[in-house]
Amino acid sequence: MKLRRMLAIVLKELRQLRRDRLTFAMIVGIPVMQLVLFGYAINLDVRHLNAAVMDQADTARSRELVAQLEATQVIDLSYRVATPQEVDDLMGRGKINVAVVLPVDFETRLERGDRPALQLVVDGSDQVVQASARQLARFPVPDAEGWTEQVAPIEVVNFYNPERRAPVNTVPGLIGVILTMTMVLFTAIALVRERENGNLEMLIATPVSPWELTLGKVLPFVGIGLIQVTVVLVLGRWLFAVPVRGSLLELYLAALVFILASLSLGIFLSTLARSQFQAMQMAFFTFLPQILLSGFMFPFAGMPKVAQWLAELLPLTHFLRLVRGIMLRDAALLELWPALAALGVFTLVMLSVAVARTRKSLD
Amino acid sequence: MTGDDNSAPVIRVRGLSKHFGPVVAVDSLDLDVHPREVYGFLGPNGSGKSTTLRMLCGLLHPTSGEIEVLGMRLPKEAEGLKRRLGYMTQNFSLYRDLSVAENLGFLAAVHGLSRERTRQRIEELLDRYWLTELRHQLAGTLSGGQKQRLALAGAVLHEPDLLLLDEPTSAVDPQSRREFWESLFELTDAGTTILVSTHYMDEAERCTRLAILDRGHLVADDSPQRLMEALPGRPLLVECDRPRQAQQVLENQPGVIALAQIGASLRMLVEDEGLEKPLSERLRAAGIEARLVPDTANLEDVFVAATRQPRQTAGEAP
Repeated sequence: MKLRRMLAIVLKELRQLRRDRLTFAMIVGIPVMQLVLFGYAINLDVRHLNAAVMDQADTARSRELVAQLEATQVIDLSYRVATPQEVDDLMGRGKINVAVVLPVDFETRLERGDRPALQLVVDGSDQVVQASARQLARFPVPDAEGWTEQVAPIEVVNFYNPERRAPVNTVPGLIGVILTMTMVLFTAIALVRERENGNLEMLIATPVSPWELTLGKVLPFVGIGLIQVTVVLVLGRWLFAVPVRGSLLELYLAALVFILASLSLGIFLSTLARSQFQAMQMAFFTFLPQILLSGFMFPFAGMPKVAQWLAELLPLTHFLRLVRGIMLRDAALLELWPALAALGVFTLVMLSVAVARTRKSLD
Repeated sequence: MTGDDNSAPVIRVRGLSKHFGPVVAVDSLDLDVHPREVYGFLGPNGSGKSTTLRMLCGLLHPTSGEIEVLGMRLPKEAEGLKRRLGYMTQNFSLYRDLSVAENLGFLAAVHGLSRERTRQRIEELLDRYWLTELRHQLAGTLSGGQKQRLALAGAVLHEPDLLLLDEPTSAVDPQSRREFWESLFELTDAGTTILVSTHYMDEAERCTRLAILDRGHLVADDSPQRLMEALPGRPLLVECDRPRQAQQVLENQPGVIALAQIGASLRMLVEDEGLEKPLSERLRAAGIEARLVPDTANLEDVFVAATRQPRQTAGEAP
């Protein structure tokens, strides 16, 4: 082995790398992105969960306790409601994660100390929300020093996932993650492969139009995506007894909309990538923020505002709202229309950019 | 241009140029290709053969100039042209992971052939191009010659009036090449016009008309026979026992266009007559006894002579 030869190869590699701007950007970009995203997003000290308060006692002490809970900053009291139905409704639509319920006999309970004086109703479909609610429940309630050890002054009630089982939380999200991975990656690679293998040159001389080609290559993936959804649902049911509380048809409709959004992202990436390998790199580049910021790993409400804004741009964020709503909270698809609309807008934007780029790259 | 053919040309090109950034790939090209011709594009790599072919089938847009193919203006009417045009790419561009029959079936569907016609056409082509036995084999596992026969079958499946072939025989053995050219003449007999690019002299010689391209310029355009007759230089055979040393001596001598060792002798192309004497004296001075015998012109001489001439500044500036 000759040192000079080896160094010549090193030099050549460095030169190639300098010209391959994508790889270069990713070498730097991925660590930076991971550091920034993880640094902000892994934040189990969750703050500013959206909450509603139902204060049926409405006494000086109940109001004071509510004010003290809000002062912890763990919850933001965005809604004041009067009935349990309203709590149900807000949580079903994903507007709140937590509800603080003070019963009519709040004062009496405080004095007697035999039953919990306050209920925290928690959206059990999110594990981290559960955890922070349990923390909040340890908040020292004033004037309750004589409380017996068996009965805590604050009781946590888990909506949607009373047994606090992890699969119930993860499986719906997993549908979104798996679809993201396969739909984006496969379409991008499949479309670029045509160009890379020279098939495209032959096809351009035939009457096939670019859109026939694109749609023809992408449509099979819609079917593949729906099969993947089915597999996850069946396995989730069978292995972990994960329920589908809402309408199965609506769940599939939501999945279909999300599949289209992911495919459009794949088509867009295929117009950027010059090789299958590049397509793969780009697809992975889009997975990272989707998985970290969408609410799959960390609760959306706990993220800083900037991360939340970014997350609003990602299709997986919206799909998680849909799939968790339908599967766990029996929400109706139309109730969740903002997420549906967001996916529609994302699809349109991606496809328009892809069309504009395809026209340009004809020459 | 001979002008003796009064039928309308299949391809008519005027002042065609293509620039890729600062690079001029094709420079003010004029071409006329007539029906049933096998029109050859001869030129070294990078001479603009592929670029011209791609512009003729609407794959690339010209920077300037006019193209009319089968009576249709390009690039405006490219879509209509695609139904009457067959294009065979330089590299095998059918699907390697599909079988022979599947590839043809796919193309038939793309061209909108009816189910009945598809079946009939595929059987016909499999038979004509000796692919019947291989119909279920994956295209990627075929040999070079088989792949090329499949590609030709794919390009003529929809019975195009014009066939464009971009270096079709670059990955093929001589036997397959000969068979391939027989297939091409079968097609012209049936009325197809063929435009084929190549850098093989033996293939160029089979064309009914030949255009020689050099760095984007058309430097010769006539039948191979007339090109050889009109050769500006004279080929000489240098017979001596030390051809390598003779080559070194003769290189860069005034009047010498090209030198090539052919077996034990040396073949030389010189500008005009009367150079035999000074050149053999030059050899003798270097201690080499040689006999200079005139030889008949071949297409390689034409090619060498045509591509060495300095650019004449014909045609308008782009």
